[in-house]
Amino acid sequence: MAVAADLTHRLRQGAEYTLIPLGALVVSAALFSVFLLGLGKSPQQFFELMWRGGFGTAFSWQNTLQRAAPLVLTALCVAIPARIGLVIIGGEGALVLGGFAAAAIAIPMIGPVAAGSLPVALMLGVMALAAALAGALWIGFAGWLRHARGVNETISSLLLTYIAIAILYFFVEGALRDPGSLNKPSTPPIGAGAMLQPIPGTDIHWGLAAGALLAVLLHLLMTRTTFGFAMRVTGGNPRAARAQGLPVGGLLVAATMIAGASAGLAGFFEVAAVHGNANASLVAGYGFTGILVSFLARHNPIAILPVAILFGGIAAAGGLIQRRMGLPDATVLLLQGVIFVVLLASETLYGRIAWLQPKRSGAP
Amino acid sequence: MDALITVLMAMVGGAIRVSTPFLFVSLGECLTEKSGRINLGLEGTLVLGAMVGYMASFETGNPWAGVIAAGLAGFVMGALHGGLCSLQRVNDVAVGIALMTFGTGLAFFFGKPYIQPSAPRLPSIPLADWTGIPHLADALRINPLFFLGIALALLMAWAFRTTRIGLIVRTTGDSAAAARAMGVSVIGVRVLATAVGGIFAGIGGCFLSLYYPGSWNEALSSGQGLMAVALVIFARWDPVRCFLAALLFGAAGALGPALQSVGVTQGYYFFNAAPYILTLLIMIASAKGRLAMRSMPGELTISR
Repeated sequence: MAVAADLTHRLRQGAEYTLIPLGALVVSAALFSVFLLGLGKSPQQFFELMWRGGFGTAFSWQNTLQRAAPLVLTALCVAIPARIGLVIIGGEGALVLGGFAAAAIAIPMIGPVAAGSLPVALMLGVMALAAALAGALWIGFAGWLRHARGVNETISSLLLTYIAIAILYFFVEGALRDPGSLNKPSTPPIGAGAMLQPIPGTDIHWGLAAGALLAVLLHLLMTRTTFGFAMRVTGGNPRAARAQGLPVGGLLVAATMIAGASAGLAGFFEVAAVHGNANASLVAGYGFTGILVSFLARHNPIAILPVAILFGGIAAAGGLIQRRMGLPDATVLLLQGVIFVVLLASETLYGRIAWLQPKRSGAP
Repeated sequence: MDALITVLMAMVGGAIRVSTPFLFVSLGECLTEKSGRINLGLEGTLVLGAMVGYMASFETGNPWAGVIAAGLAGFVMGALHGGLCSLQRVNDVAVGIALMTFGTGLAFFFGKPYIQPSAPRLPSIPLADWTGIPHLADALRINPLFFLGIALALLMAWAFRTTRIGLIVRTTGDSAAAARAMGVSVIGVRVLATAVGGIFAGIGGCFLSLYYPGSWNEALSSGQGLMAVALVIFARWDPVRCFLAALLFGAAGALGPALQSVGVTQGYYFFNAAPYILTLLIMIASAKGRLAMRSMPGELTISR
């Protein structure tokens, strides 16, 4: 009896956590349709193009998944600190700095790898490590500031993003610029032979697989370990956690470092699998879309996967929509903004829709 | 020596020019936070205000119509934030992030056709042309909005200290229960304070597009709206100190262009990042200070 009651409770709660965000998506789509009608554009054409550009063909799927990979990793950068009660919005900076660190540390190894005296895997491994470390230190710094100085982590992580972008431009247009990159200052390319190969049989790079694996691992960490439990307790009530003797400061820094490492890895994959070097293309806004992905997934690492694919698809369809409907490139950004606002407004519905609530036994 | 004077003059002039948007946004944020809410979305409001102001100035041919339109756009964004946060369980920090995306999205979407054409810009008041010193004359050509901002800061400081409205806003920010006991509608005060704060931020935005740099493009704002939030903490929620802090931020922001004007281009990106670094250092220095803690409105989520 108790087991069955517990099961229905979890099912109803699960339904609530799924149906309300889905409802928010539907309402956003409706609002955006009204907006398009007001501009004299056809919402039907808009969503058809979005489907075709994001999910309609094998080619669009590959484009979508290519974009989903950094979204998974930057969304994890929001989700993990969120569990401990922090709002980190600096994933973009960790991605940029991670990508830059990967490209910079590769420079002395490019020659030996091309000559065959150094294994490619070693270079890629060092690059990934450098990217994760750079991201971890960057966001970890925001976590440490929060703990040690009480500095608001939301503002500091965004400020750190602007600083990270300045660091990238400073080196890419200065000391580490490849003399061969004329129009678009870049670091030296790691070489076509050294680039991360796609998953066999597809055009999709390993970043998506890594993101999925990391999401599952972090989900297990959060739900199945004492470390994760301590983080959730701290997120629920820091004062109680401190009274229990939990190392709140250490947990804050650990959560932000894991988060930063994840976004830093996104930068590594952008460099090693997509661009081949570090340049302004790293500043593509994945870190900011990742914030929305994590909120829509209610900071659940597993739920981040489908949501990241959805937003990867929306981004992938952006070009097609722009060309076919004559809409500005900011259309995707605006749609994201509408979804974000409606989603947050929907927060108010939790616990208020009667048929989604677990029945209280014995209550009149 | 000559170069030094040029840099100093350019920084004084730059501080006055660059500080104006900081001043308006921080006054808006100050008002909102005094009522007990934090609005991180003012960055989006700033960008939208810049675009709407430019559009209105272009369409009507009158830059002051642009200022009014930007204020209205800010009002709508502020009211949206205030309204959403009044729903149960909706978090003001998260809504701010969402409105950052939404405001920027709106501005970029409708601003596309206005990147090329040039709209009439706001006039400036030449205070030092009579001296005949070109650098000084340049530095002291001041936009009327700067003086409006100073007046607003003084007015707000006076209102918080001595008027009934000021007392109501402060009480709502320090203790919702006390405000309710006074018979004040807590939600009403907060929505209004956020909406009026939005007006200020919108006007701050149109300064960017209508005066300095003086054109509309998508890279116009570089986080001024967000830095203003940190600035308010640094200024300990005091409008007059907001003005001084805005001048300081303006001077930091003017450092890069000032050095560039005398041919120092080395480390250009780092000098441009100076305001962010300064903001971060200031936050580190002031966040846990006892003074800051004492003057922080009690209902603010960042204080919990």
